[in-house]
Amino acid sequence: MEFSELIRTGRAEALLLPGPGQPPVRGTLCITSHHLLLSAGHGSPGDLWLLLRNVDAVEKRPQSLRLGDAANLHPPDHFYQQVALQTDAWRLSAVNRDFDVCASYPPALVVPVGIGDEVLARSARFRQGGRFPVLCYYHTTNGTVMLRSSQPLQGANRRRCAEDEELLRAVLALGGGRGLVLDTRSAQAVQQARITGGGTEAKAAYPGWKRLHRPLERGRPLQDSFVRLVEACTDPSLSMDRWLSRLDGCRWLTHVKETLTAACLAAQGMDREGVCILVHGAEGTDTTLLVTSLAQLILDPKCRTMSGFQSLLEREWIQAGHPFQQRCAHSAYAQARPKHEAPVFLLFLDCVWQLSRQFPLSLEFGEGMLLAVFEHAYASPFGTFLCNSEKERYLCEVKTKTHSLWSSLNQSKERRRLRNPIYTPNPLALWPSVEPQSLQLWAGLFLRWTRPPEPAQEAWEQLWRIVTEQEGGDTL
Amino acid sequence: MLSTHISLEDTPTLYSAPSSSTKRSYIWRLKVEQVKLLDRFSTSNKSLTGTLYLTATHLLFIDSLQKETWILHHHIAAVEKLALTTAGCPLVIQCKNFRIVHFIVPRERDCHDIYNSLLQLSRQAKYEDLYAFSYNPKQNESEQIQGWQLIDLAEEYRRMDVPNLNWKLSDANRDYKICETYPRDLYVPRAANKPTIVGSSKFRSKGRFPVLSYYHQDKQAAICRCSQPLSGFSARCLEDEHMLQAINKANPSNRYMYVMDTRPKHRMQSWWASKKDIGRIVVRISSKIWRDEKIRESDEKARLNAMANRAAGKGYENEDNYSNIRFQFVGIENIHVMRTSLQKLLEVNGTKGLSVSDFFSGLESSGWLRHIKAVLDAAIFLAKAIVNESASVLVHCSDGWDRTSQVCSLGTLLLDSYYRTIKGFMVLIEKDWISFGHKFSDRCGHLDGDPKEVSPVFTQFLECVWHLTEQFPQAFEYNEAFLLQIHEHVHSCQFGNFLGNCQKEREDLKLREKTYSLWPFLLDDQEKYLNPFYTPSSQKFTVLEPNTVPFNFKFWRNMYHQFDRTLHPRQSVFKLIMNKNDQNKQLEKEIKELESKIKQQKTRHTDTVLTKESLHCIHADSPALKPSLCFKKEQTLLPVNDAIRTIEGSNTADNRYSEYAEEFSKTEPAVVSLEYGVARMTC
Repeated sequence: MEFSELIRTGRAEALLLPGPGQPPVRGTLCITSHHLLLSAGHGSPGDLWLLLRNVDAVEKRPQSLRLGDAANLHPPDHFYQQVALQTDAWRLSAVNRDFDVCASYPPALVVPVGIGDEVLARSARFRQGGRFPVLCYYHTTNGTVMLRSSQPLQGANRRRCAEDEELLRAVLALGGGRGLVLDTRSAQAVQQARITGGGTEAKAAYPGWKRLHRPLERGRPLQDSFVRLVEACTDPSLSMDRWLSRLDGCRWLTHVKETLTAACLAAQGMDREGVCILVHGAEGTDTTLLVTSLAQLILDPKCRTMSGFQSLLEREWIQAGHPFQQRCAHSAYAQARPKHEAPVFLLFLDCVWQLSRQFPLSLEFGEGMLLAVFEHAYASPFGTFLCNSEKERYLCEVKTKTHSLWSSLNQSKERRRLRNPIYTPNPLALWPSVEPQSLQLWAGLFLRWTRPPEPAQEAWEQLWRIVTEQEGGDTL
Repeated sequence: MLSTHISLEDTPTLYSAPSSSTKRSYIWRLKVEQVKLLDRFSTSNKSLTGTLYLTATHLLFIDSLQKETWILHHHIAAVEKLALTTAGCPLVIQCKNFRIVHFIVPRERDCHDIYNSLLQLSRQAKYEDLYAFSYNPKQNESEQIQGWQLIDLAEEYRRMDVPNLNWKLSDANRDYKICETYPRDLYVPRAANKPTIVGSSKFRSKGRFPVLSYYHQDKQAAICRCSQPLSGFSARCLEDEHMLQAINKANPSNRYMYVMDTRPKHRMQSWWASKKDIGRIVVRISSKIWRDEKIRESDEKARLNAMANRAAGKGYENEDNYSNIRFQFVGIENIHVMRTSLQKLLEVNGTKGLSVSDFFSGLESSGWLRHIKAVLDAAIFLAKAIVNESASVLVHCSDGWDRTSQVCSLGTLLLDSYYRTIKGFMVLIEKDWISFGHKFSDRCGHLDGDPKEVSPVFTQFLECVWHLTEQFPQAFEYNEAFLLQIHEHVHSCQFGNFLGNCQKEREDLKLREKTYSLWPFLLDDQEKYLNPFYTPSSQKFTVLEPNTVPFNFKFWRNMYHQFDRTLHPRQSVFKLIMNKNDQNKQLEKEIKELESKIKQQKTRHTDTVLTKESLHCIHADSPALKPSLCFKKEQTLLPVNDAIRTIEGSNTADNRYSEYAEEFSKTEPAVVSLEYGVARMTC
């Protein structure tokens, strides 16, 4: 056999990266039967001659992605630096640096400046899973804050914890004196939780904090709702009436409505009433994150940019300890349905989509971005959504051994697919309508494979064309 | 105050400012102060206070922010006086364009006066009292005539290549002798002579014999329309059979044709059972075809059997005149079912505190979307018969002016891209609805008449078109606003187009002299109705093949909640894109101007002038360049302004969120409920 038969491409333009600190060499790469050549041009001294026998290993790396990008893209203390620009009332605490205090929290957490680490540790013991109240959003316009935690371990005999009370008192002192605990369970569910050691903040113990119950579904009922919706969406034999009754019966849009309503309420409390909000459900890793992340999207224009949305996802879902591995192991078709599965994150994406429908100009990312994030949350060649918490990710060395989804999505070739061509920054809060007439089924996701997507895609393409023509005109 | 321009930002209406000549009619008859306007969906009784005026043609409410709400009397469908409350006397006004306003009038006597006046003003007994007869848009006589001549149906038939070898213009109905509800000019197969036409018209309900509605040039197939035959069980009409034969023969490319009965089968059967004198085309034959249809639908083996039978001359009693006709039934319900369905729909979506579940179950039980789907399915069948089989189709329902109009017009909309342009859509409405005698005045209740005649047939047609625009965003030149505007004026009685029930009636009323046509006004405002995504060149959109699986149908919020702004998306993409398109054009124009200026400069040679001019040139250039720079600036500014204007929730004056504010500071909340964007705390 001739060696030359094995050579499919003899020549190619290539860039040689000699090593750190040295400039790259651009030239022509040439493979012969025995050598690999790289020549930068006539008589350049840096020509590379490599005997093929000398090649020990060849590795193909994904385009323009480098390991360890994730840490640089959305550094954990970036959020704190943003807050620190506005106020010095909050500090970065390293109490959780070894994941001792809370296994599902990241190492760096933002807490009131007057509260020492030992207080935090005591407060953590009073909260389920150690998730003590931490800052997740600082509202620049009036200095109110949003915190999240898990439920206090009040129990049947109404235990109290002085440090936890001190922590929340300090929050009120910094944020205007009035507070609202948004519990994502019903009052009844809280009663039941008390029997098993959980509970909620007692009014007497936390002066200044009011309590509000906005029951949001999670876990099994949410998964069932999702499965039923997908079943209905993939059954083309349905009659009109049957379709409507199944759409009604799956209750998915009810969940969307309830979630958006709760998030609006939290956002409204901060923006309009100037109260501090503490959001928690039971574990504080599901519905809590739904509310806090959506409220930020509603209030904060920064979260609506491409990078802002990515850092929101990174901060409020990934680092905040939403157990992606457990929740997103299977999608809607799995035979076995383990108890810990639930499309909470999908519900979040659906709510974001509803926002994008009502405010089509205000989000920098398009439907494509939401679809991409959805797909990668369930199955991905990237490490971004791996594991259940920062601790697990640390132990598995995810950050050094896998590539980051974000650096892949930020490549310029993805621009047309992911970005919203008509984005125009909007400094105002987005108050969506949550009436049933205003909510729509996310056809781009749920009907993705059941109906031809071409007309919508072509319209999207055309939108891009119109906008890019415009930009071309501007530069004239 | 009343002569100020009507600035209805929320409605793209055509109510131009009352001109001086009609100003007299705008002098109010009644003025009531301290009237409260309630928000329809607000759970607390938050309201706007203002003054209510009653003019000869409009009801006007001006609130404390000087925002005006105009309601045309003809738009009012129902006025209701509710039980007296401590705040005053509530008055609920429901409009035909689905606006619902809820006033509270402080004194009961005033309320009673308004109520009585509105009852009288909204229900006219004579056509001459309608708004169109007093409306004067400042056009002179020749403009008025030109306006009416804008849509020329003879021209439209010529566009379809009719008359031609096979189709001719018939003068049989020149004096409305044969059919009062048809137009004067009718197109029939060349083979159909006068006796055939007369005989056929006697056999058909209301004399509406089969005539041409649309001719497909490439396929040589035709869409014809008529009313149901007046046959009993065994009645036959040779002329009618000849007529159908003639239609069939007029299409050389296919030997069979379809007869589409748009009524549901079960109703037909119950009619037979009751032996009413309304039947269908020769029952004997059709029963044969029924079997044929069944066989066609069943499996391959049965098909082979049928073919064997046909070859042996068995199973088919006798080859007769209707042998080349295939019958097709599509189940579109009658006007009464449609009316009740819409009523149910409006009941559901008007409910305060509606849950998602109630909404969907209400949508389902109203059956509205099911009816929309049925209409579209029928149109698709029609289009497919023409495109795939080159077969002519005769469409009929009972009288041939409701369902038939829907199916014919939608079918041609699918077939012919011309009707997807603004002008073409006007032609389509003028042809299949107005000229062929859809009873607009009866169906829309223009005059005080039989409420059982009112039905949203035309609204359904517009909704079907809207569903098509949703599925094919690039195929239509016009946008949703155009459809809404037409709907508005079908009921407004402001223009003459939709008055009366047929062409004869319109001629008797002398509408062309006494009123104005809507179309030129819509054309003048074209920019508002253009779809930025429209790509007329695309080959894909010559024939539309919509998919009618149920999940492609959705509630048309912008129609049924057009005036409930809080339910709408807060930002409009259309507006932005149209702006961008405009800016592109503007920039191109500027380039041209600059180029022409450069040319001008080159032609001027005198030294002194040159120096002056060159200086001047810089000045001339800079203002021209400036705007383009300004564009950039404007562009970045635009969204902010736009946002403030359109993002209602972001406005601090927005009452819904501030309701929460008051309550919040007041008391310790026990339960807080946030409903429909309305946050409320109950203590």
